[in-house]
Amino acid sequence: MASVLLIAQHLGGELNNSTSKAMACAKDIGDVTVAVFAESGQSVADAAATLDGATKVVLVDRAENAEPLAAILAPQIVKLAQDLGVSHVIGPNTTFGKDLMPRVAALLDSVMVTDIMAVEAPYTFQRPIYAGNAVVTVEAPQDGILVGSARTASFKSVGEQAACPVEAVSVDAELPSHTRFVKREGAGGDRPDLQAAPKVVSGGRGVGSEENFEIIYRMADKIGAGVGASRAAVDSGFCPNDMQVGQTGKVIAPELYMCFGISGAIQHLAGIKDAGCIVAVNKDEEASIFEVADIGLVGDLFEVIPELESKL
Amino acid sequence: MKVLVSVKRVVDYNVRIQVKGDGSGVQTEGVKHSMNPFDEIAVEQAIRMKEAGTASEVIAVTIGDDKAVETLRTALAFGCDKAIHVKVDEAVEPPTAAAVFAKLAEAEGPDVFLMGKQAIDDDSNQTGQMTSARLGWPQATFASTIEIADGKATVAREVDEGLETIEVDLPAVITTDLRLNEPRYLKLPDIMKAKRKPVDTKSLDDLGVTPKAGLTVTKTAPPPEREAGIMVKSTDELISALKDKGLL
Repeated sequence: MASVLLIAQHLGGELNNSTSKAMACAKDIGDVTVAVFAESGQSVADAAATLDGATKVVLVDRAENAEPLAAILAPQIVKLAQDLGVSHVIGPNTTFGKDLMPRVAALLDSVMVTDIMAVEAPYTFQRPIYAGNAVVTVEAPQDGILVGSARTASFKSVGEQAACPVEAVSVDAELPSHTRFVKREGAGGDRPDLQAAPKVVSGGRGVGSEENFEIIYRMADKIGAGVGASRAAVDSGFCPNDMQVGQTGKVIAPELYMCFGISGAIQHLAGIKDAGCIVAVNKDEEASIFEVADIGLVGDLFEVIPELESKL
Repeated sequence: MKVLVSVKRVVDYNVRIQVKGDGSGVQTEGVKHSMNPFDEIAVEQAIRMKEAGTASEVIAVTIGDDKAVETLRTALAFGCDKAIHVKVDEAVEPPTAAAVFAKLAEAEGPDVFLMGKQAIDDDSNQTGQMTSARLGWPQATFASTIEIADGKATVAREVDEGLETIEVDLPAVITTDLRLNEPRYLKLPDIMKAKRKPVDTKSLDDLGVTPKAGLTVTKTAPPPEREAGIMVKSTDELISALKDKGLL
């Protein structure tokens, strides 16, 4: 039976929902032990223990783990995976996992499956290539410890279970001093997290300016949605980079995705393919976003949004 | 300071790729290829470092068949001083690419190794991290800004939460994200000049790298199709359609 070490993502003492989604992938592979690397990580470990599928949580608590630096975490993950004798190490395919997991794979002299969409067998997976315009089935070698990252948009969060045991362990790994955390600047705010929100409203080049983007925020607040953007909107400085949805930004799977003034470049579509219902509003009836939209409305977003606001 | 920058020849980002009917792969013959867009940003960054006097020499490296040389010529037209072509006829997966780049880094001794954060064909996002791990170097992935001073790089990284800044000792691998810079348009004289710049060709044997058994692709399929949608004429129709679906 395959055994998986799942790397928990957390920040500010809270378990990130991406861990729950990666759990859904990990438990399709085998028995799952969750690893929490943190400084004062008890609350995160306790939360991880209630993720359905966790058989054990190991907590590696040390000052060096205060920030999620790949160079610091990777040698510890490698040592822990070897100590536990697991067959797989899985993390979420968020920027945290994208940064970290390949480093783990290289230190293990192993291979990695990026962006797992589905587990067909413990060593057989589906993953997207070419911005999701093709899906490949890949078979990984069975010698060594296989590393993978789970595409969070492809897996549903797991439910809760009665807490499994949490064990504090120390990992004997030499840590480098060549990488130091300086600071983190987030847009923050009270809006729902883009990657977890059931509803997302997003704006593109058609919004026109940073000031105009206010209308997108208003629409989102009206229906309690997270806010996203196309690359064009981010590049034009209308909104911060962490709002970008697409091949190289965030890949999301809300129940409702409403986009305004987005033309629908294939790179953007790559980020929303798993959305339940895509609503597109665009002035240009030829916009390619309408090819994938479940509901399309040809119209000016500056007329449509105020109308929606008054009617909702 | 010496800078190495890796480039990959990929299907152009504007091409709508087609999956072959027999599921054996993606149609790559007869379609436009160009430099991976993230690598273009890496090359641009290297050249800006040279223009700012931070870098004294920039070497472009690639792995691929004979056509990959075209991509090296593009890098040379940007202003790279020379190029190394590691000639391999079969596609190379990230662990092998990382082994090659680590060998080149050991031989050339750069202070900074710039790479695109991912190639837009296989979307793996592995090679930079794997290269730095093999070398025991720090990594700064998804760079949005890079400042080099006193043997250190301060890199603001594009992360899901916003921007995260880290400081790494050099030498380091830095992978580039979209907003690090906007690559310049190449001018004809630079393209002509690039044809005379040196390209060194090496084989995997020369570097002592044996390709590692990687992932076997057993099937390539188009993504699941979404059901055809509907067009509505007014916000009233839109609201009622969403209410029907239980979304409002």
